[in-house]
Amino acid sequence: MNNSMIIGQYVPGTSLIHRLDPRTKILVIFFFVIIVFFANSVWSYSILTAFAIGTALATRVPLSFIVKGLKPVWFLIVFTFLLHLFVSRQGDILFSVLGFPFYEESLIQGGTLSLRFFLLILFTSLLTLTTSPIEITDAIEYLLHPLKKLRFPVHELALMMSISLRFIPTLMQEAEKISKAQASRGVDFRTGSLKDRVSAVIPLLIPLFVSAFKRAEELAMAMEARGYQGGEGRTKIRALLFRKKDYIVFFLFCLIMAATIGTRV
Amino acid sequence: MELTFNEVTYTYSPGTPFEFRALENLSLHVPSGSYTAIIGHTGSGKSTLIQHINALLQPTSGSVKVGDFVIEAGRKNKNLRSLREKTGIVFQYPEHQLFEETVEKDIAFGPKNFGVDEEEIRERVNKALEAVQLPEDMKEKSPFDLSGGQMRRVAIAGVLAMKPKVLVLDEPTAGLDPRGQKEMMDMFYSLHESEELTTVLVTHSMEDALTYADEVVILNEGRKYMQGAPLDVFKRKEELRQVQLDIPEVLEFLEKIEKEFGVSIEYNKQPLAELAKELTSRLGRRDDYE
Repeated sequence: MNNSMIIGQYVPGTSLIHRLDPRTKILVIFFFVIIVFFANSVWSYSILTAFAIGTALATRVPLSFIVKGLKPVWFLIVFTFLLHLFVSRQGDILFSVLGFPFYEESLIQGGTLSLRFFLLILFTSLLTLTTSPIEITDAIEYLLHPLKKLRFPVHELALMMSISLRFIPTLMQEAEKISKAQASRGVDFRTGSLKDRVSAVIPLLIPLFVSAFKRAEELAMAMEARGYQGGEGRTKIRALLFRKKDYIVFFLFCLIMAATIGTRV
Repeated sequence: MELTFNEVTYTYSPGTPFEFRALENLSLHVPSGSYTAIIGHTGSGKSTLIQHINALLQPTSGSVKVGDFVIEAGRKNKNLRSLREKTGIVFQYPEHQLFEETVEKDIAFGPKNFGVDEEEIRERVNKALEAVQLPEDMKEKSPFDLSGGQMRRVAIAGVLAMKPKVLVLDEPTAGLDPRGQKEMMDMFYSLHESEELTTVLVTHSMEDALTYADEVVILNEGRKYMQGAPLDVFKRKEELRQVQLDIPEVLEFLEKIEKEFGVSIEYNKQPLAELAKELTSRLGRRDDYE
């Protein structure tokens, strides 16, 4: 398991961002993702970057943790930048190093594209960092509610999502446990030819599937035993509620959006 | 093979908000051929400790010595394979590790990985099946068609077939019926004797520790809390209470007897029937008690 990967990981906390209604967070992120593509000037980018970094700081998740967690994404960002720098040839030559010309336009394009990329990843990962999976699915169920009129199985979808999210850590643990047991019986997952390594996965996958199916069956049984019959008429133990802070955040975010669009060139 | 833990510290996910120190400066010596019980409350570091024995985990600082192998913080391990061949670990719910089509193949999986030749493997499978008291005609069955208790036995046979010198048992009887539990613990003890194994038992059962072990280690929050012969450790009732552990029922009972009737009986693993006889004869001889 890669411990430094934070995408999709929840860090419990009590910051303002943690306590916001999950619907607020999802809506803000939704519009943020759109608005990022509207930015096209130094000012609009600065506003959005400041907003994103400010929000990241407000979560009180250690910044070093976030930066380290985005490690796999850093590579993509840098790669995007370099690709633009070397492949596209637009605008004036700014300077050249060892006879290789650097173009103004491609530098700017590479820069803005990787900045966009960075902002998107940073901001969306803040959602999962500060919101428990259960809250996220509740919010999604609520936000997709209108689709119910079109006979779209919103509740079932949300249930499926929350069950799979709930069982990811369980399956990870199970996988780790089984791989340790098999390693103790002499399986080597790390070295050997490709064929050896593929066949080393079988003793891991089969027990994992067996236990996943068993778990699913037990879960279904337990749910039925407690009278689960689907979404019809089902109430929620944690009703979502917009509070004052949510309205304030919406208001602030509208200002940010207006400012971003206003500073477009 | 003897085991030595030298100031071992182990930290999970260091440098993240999830950082957790599971073992702290733990030093421990397990002599060759001994039967050591490791006891502790949930989360005291028992499972982390045993995973150091075959280098599934590497200490964050300190070192672990298993026979001639040294597992040290920050150094890459060589010869892992021969270390793992000599240390058999029976994990909690070992039946979850079964995967082969037949019982025979699953038991043979370990020895095969360690390059034992076919002939010898066949012999070892038979011996292992015999050790866990399963009939030989079970070899051709699928392990997934067996009952829970039988699956557990097959999984244990798979570890025994590696012919380990050190046998590590992590709550091997959890979830079995009382009779199955006793059979299994007796089986491990007779293997311990006949194969001259060094046995490390992780358990919640004070009774098992008292009955089988010749050394008890109590862990609390990643540190060694107590160590000694079972009867000595279980004398320190108050200290055990502090870490939410109780003393075995037999000892509790004898203590009550002493308090109520003033009769003190030395416990040296005598069976309950014998204890009862001793008790009645001691009580009966007292004239004032009629």
